[in-house]
Amino acid sequence: MNQKRAALKAAFPYTLPICAGFTFLGLAYGIYMNSMGFSFVYPMLMSLLIFAGSMEFVTVSLLVSSFHPLHAFLLALMVNARHLFYGISMLDQYRGTGKKKFYLIFGMCDESFTINCYNDPPAGVDKGWFMFFVTLLNHCYWFLGSTLGGLLGSLIHFNTEGINFVMTALFVVIFMDQWFHQKEHVPAILGVVSSTICLVGLGSGSFIVPSMILILLGLTLLRGRLQKEEGIS
Amino acid sequence: MTMTTGQAVITVAAVVLGTMLTRFLPFLLFPANKPTPKYIQYLGKVLPCAVIGLLVVYCLKDISLLHWPYGIPEAIAIGVTALLHWWKRNMLLSIAAGTLVYMGLVQFVFV
Repeated sequence: MNQKRAALKAAFPYTLPICAGFTFLGLAYGIYMNSMGFSFVYPMLMSLLIFAGSMEFVTVSLLVSSFHPLHAFLLALMVNARHLFYGISMLDQYRGTGKKKFYLIFGMCDESFTINCYNDPPAGVDKGWFMFFVTLLNHCYWFLGSTLGGLLGSLIHFNTEGINFVMTALFVVIFMDQWFHQKEHVPAILGVVSSTICLVGLGSGSFIVPSMILILLGLTLLRGRLQKEEGIS
Repeated sequence: MTMTTGQAVITVAAVVLGTMLTRFLPFLLFPANKPTPKYIQYLGKVLPCAVIGLLVVYCLKDISLLHWPYGIPEAIAIGVTALLHWWKRNMLLSIAAGTLVYMGLVQFVFV
C-alpha cells in the first residue's frame, strides 16, 4: 500500500501540465460532440476506450459521414502508427510490470508515453507503479473533461484558445531534456529533420507514416556508427 | 448524426481496434519471455530520441508559414519555453510560462 502511495505521490507532479491540458481539451471535445448532436455517452465511452485525442476528433467526423467501418479501422491505424515506435521503445521498461502491463499498453497515449519513457521516479519508488499512475491520472483527466463537456455542452462558455500549446511545450521540454542528457544527438536531429521534410513535402494530412519510414531508414543506415559511439549493443 | 446507433457502435469499435493494434503490436511481436532481436533492441534505444522530434513537429503541423500570423505566436512561445527551460530546468515552470504566453498571444495580440 505504501509502495503504491509513494508511486502516486511521485507521479502526480509530472501529470500536472497534462491535467490542465487534458481537462480543457477534453471539455472542448465533449462540447464539440454535444454541439454535433451526440449524447454525452459518446465522448464518455470514446475517451475511456480510444484515449487518443486527435483520433477521437477524427472519429466524430467519421460518425457524421456514411457507414464505413473498414475505412475507420485503417484510418485509426494510420493516424496512430506512431504508437508502434512507442511500443518498441517501451518493450524493456514495461517488462516485469506484471498485471499492470496490459493497462500500461492500453493507455499509452503520446503524453503518458512521453512522461514514462523519459523520466525516472525518485529513488525507492517502484517504476512500474509510477508508470501505472502516470497513465491512470492522464486517462482520468481526459475522461472527466470529455464527459463533463458532453454533459454540460453549450452551457459552458470560456475562452481557452491556445491551451493545446501545453502539449507542444511538454514535448519541447522533453526534447531538450533528452538533448542535455545524451551525448549522441544524431537520432534527435534525424527525428526533427525527417518529419519536417515529410511535413513540408507531403502536407499535414499524410506525413506521419512517411516520416516514420524515413526515421527507420536513417537509424538503420546509421546503426554501425551509432552503436559504436554509444556503446549500444 | 446520420448513422443508426448500431452503426455508430461498430464505427467506434473499429477505431478502438485500430488504435489498440498500434499500441499492442510491438508487445505481441516481441513477447517478454523470448529474446528480442538485436535490431529491435537497438531501435528501442535510439527511437525515443528520434520520436520526440517527430512529436514536436506533429504538434506544429497545422501552422501555415505563408499566411498570417506565419507561425509567429508558436515561435515566440517555443522560444520562451526553451529559454526558460535552458535557464531553470524546471518542467512545470517552462510549460506553464510557455502556454500562458501562447494563450495571451493568440487571444489578445494575433487575433
